[in-house]
Amino acid sequence: MQPKITAKERMQITRQIMPEQDAAQRSGNFKEVNLGFNEQLAILEAQRCIQCREAKCIAGCPVHVNIPRFIQCIVNEDLSGAAESLFSDNALPAISGRVCPQEEQCEASCIRGLKGMPVAIGYLERFIADWARSQVIQGEKPNPAPLSGRKVAVVGAGPAGLTAAGELVKQGHDVTVYEALHKPGGVLVYGIPEFRLPKKIVAAEVERLTKAGVKIECNVVIGRTYTIPELRERFDAVFIANGAGLPVFMNVPGENFKGVYAANEYLTRVNLMEAYDKENANTPVLVGKRVAVVGGGNVAMDAVRTAKRLGAERAMIVYRRTKDEMPARVEEIHHAEHEGIDFELLVAPLEVIGDEKRWVTGLKCNRMELGEPDASGRRKPQVIPGSEFVIDCDVVVVAIGTKANPLLTATCPDLKLNKWGNIETDANGMTSVAGVFAGGDIVRGAATVILAMGDGKRAAKAIDRYLQHV
Amino acid sequence: MHTILAKNQLSPNVTRLDVLAPRIAEIKQPGQFVIVRRGEGDERIPLTIADADPAQGTIALVIQAVGKGTRELVALNVGDAIRDVAGPLGHPTELISAGRALCVGGGVGTAVVHPIAKALHARGVQVTSVIGGRSKEWVIFEEELAICGEVIVCTDDGSYGRKGFVTDATRELLEAGGIDIAYAVGPVPMMRAVANLTRPFNVHTVVSLNPVMVDGTGMCGGCRVDVGGETKFACVDGPEFDGHLVDFDLLADRLQTYREFEQRVNACADGQCNIRK
Repeated sequence: MQPKITAKERMQITRQIMPEQDAAQRSGNFKEVNLGFNEQLAILEAQRCIQCREAKCIAGCPVHVNIPRFIQCIVNEDLSGAAESLFSDNALPAISGRVCPQEEQCEASCIRGLKGMPVAIGYLERFIADWARSQVIQGEKPNPAPLSGRKVAVVGAGPAGLTAAGELVKQGHDVTVYEALHKPGGVLVYGIPEFRLPKKIVAAEVERLTKAGVKIECNVVIGRTYTIPELRERFDAVFIANGAGLPVFMNVPGENFKGVYAANEYLTRVNLMEAYDKENANTPVLVGKRVAVVGGGNVAMDAVRTAKRLGAERAMIVYRRTKDEMPARVEEIHHAEHEGIDFELLVAPLEVIGDEKRWVTGLKCNRMELGEPDASGRRKPQVIPGSEFVIDCDVVVVAIGTKANPLLTATCPDLKLNKWGNIETDANGMTSVAGVFAGGDIVRGAATVILAMGDGKRAAKAIDRYLQHV
Repeated sequence: MHTILAKNQLSPNVTRLDVLAPRIAEIKQPGQFVIVRRGEGDERIPLTIADADPAQGTIALVIQAVGKGTRELVALNVGDAIRDVAGPLGHPTELISAGRALCVGGGVGTAVVHPIAKALHARGVQVTSVIGGRSKEWVIFEEELAICGEVIVCTDDGSYGRKGFVTDATRELLEAGGIDIAYAVGPVPMMRAVANLTRPFNVHTVVSLNPVMVDGTGMCGGCRVDVGGETKFACVDGPEFDGHLVDFDLLADRLQTYREFEQRVNACADGQCNIRK
């Protein structure tokens, strides 16, 4: 047990730095960038938490993790207590601890952030989740709830679906998850790269769920292999979490030239299909000497840092606003900068240029300036007349978002959709079809992993209540 | 796992595998495809479902061994299993319910034409199939198509059926008249040639496109094709489109994207290089 420290001492501790792989070295490999706190760093950081009576950080968290409670356990060196506390609130902390935009959520509300830096809540969450995974607990099984005799189908094994499945199985329901791809994880395995979220962590979380009794069937495409009405007949409730859907393209000339990818394809080839392993991969990806990634979100950062690691001499972000307006996590932007990513800011593509064989040779762009704030509250970019120029590149990756995939919804006409094709739900996550719930990106449009997890958790509660009343 | 129950060599480089996939066998419709992954670490390969036996729970996959992935797939034997089979994917073929249909199949595309011809025949449509290959040994699915109607076989060298390309026989049939719709599946130049032949006759022509594809569910956008000036995803909007509107140049062009990779991998698989260890 650490000796008790005074309030003054507590306030003097500065935020602990996350150890990370050297930038020059890591930009040539796919190993995780952040190395994680050790116990000593974690305790020191945990001591910075002043244990607010009305903890604003909890309200800032989309899944309402009781943050001061698990942090206090770390201070007391009770790591298993911290793990128990954390896992009771959040089914996938090793994942959210790595990919959440903490600076906009829990850490944005941290009182210590008013004067100085907020407590590194995300790093502590990750530390506890990783510690828990390293503990081989044999023969000990969590107290299973009595079996309810109710069957629930979950569509999609991404963050929303896996979270919901974990919660539902805890309630004693018989849960089957249907995954369209050959591996569970959704965006956690096809989208987010190894250097940000190692696949073994996702695999461990999936294994934890299957050990708890969740059944996962891969290669089942709901909307094709089975429809929602068919699932509704065989299950007492259905949770739809089939994800982000179709990639959006820029709709500029030359976009079908060889060398233009949607970020989804580029990342899927490298991550899910393992093209990062250049010597052994069976699935190819165009490496590119100069790679231009269009967009400013997390997906754009993942793609551009992937390009660098694959061996691009110049990997660049092309974004029509400035760094301040970028929707990506601050840490990802910093990591990208350190890794030598170039930022072409206030630049908007006009046309993809190709050679006579229609291989990409460049991206014709306009320079932009920021005008008045638009509906999103961000200042609207405007074209500077006569500013056209060409960025030399041989690969273009388009990372400007996704739109709803009609594959599933087209086979369930009773599902009410909004004008963008996303599924409409009530406050409990229930759709217009009784017993059918939905969450994650198919409801929200492209959002974050943690919001999808929040939807999964909320829907699981609502499904449990629904099953008690039917 | 999807066990292989039967294996047949149809031509020097085309193999038929009958694979256990009961749900897909039960619901598949003509024109639909599956995505197959032989084992851990292997690529995802889209393959049209050539036939199905719901009672036995099998689907027929007809595979042209051209690259490392397809060669490894056809190296499997009866009793071996394919790790992943996802589907049925894509929209079913738009079938006419009366009249006369021309079904043109080139090479391995003949296997894709077969379920279409079978379904048309079942509806009472008069089916005339024109199929072809380099020489006699390359002609596939003749017997199966003969059950559905008249079959005209063409070989480049005249070793079997009539000498010439499928386009020659197609032109004569169009000139003779009475064709209500054409279905053409085969190499890109063949589909383009058939579409060009039918256009002046105003015969609606359905082609099945085979662009590079990864997930097959609309997620990646790799299979985009230009149809009537609009970008479509072959996996979810197709794979069949109006042949008079397809930009075949773009399709042929995009199919070249990974040629260099494929050549390298194939050379290595043949033991001709050491780049990949």
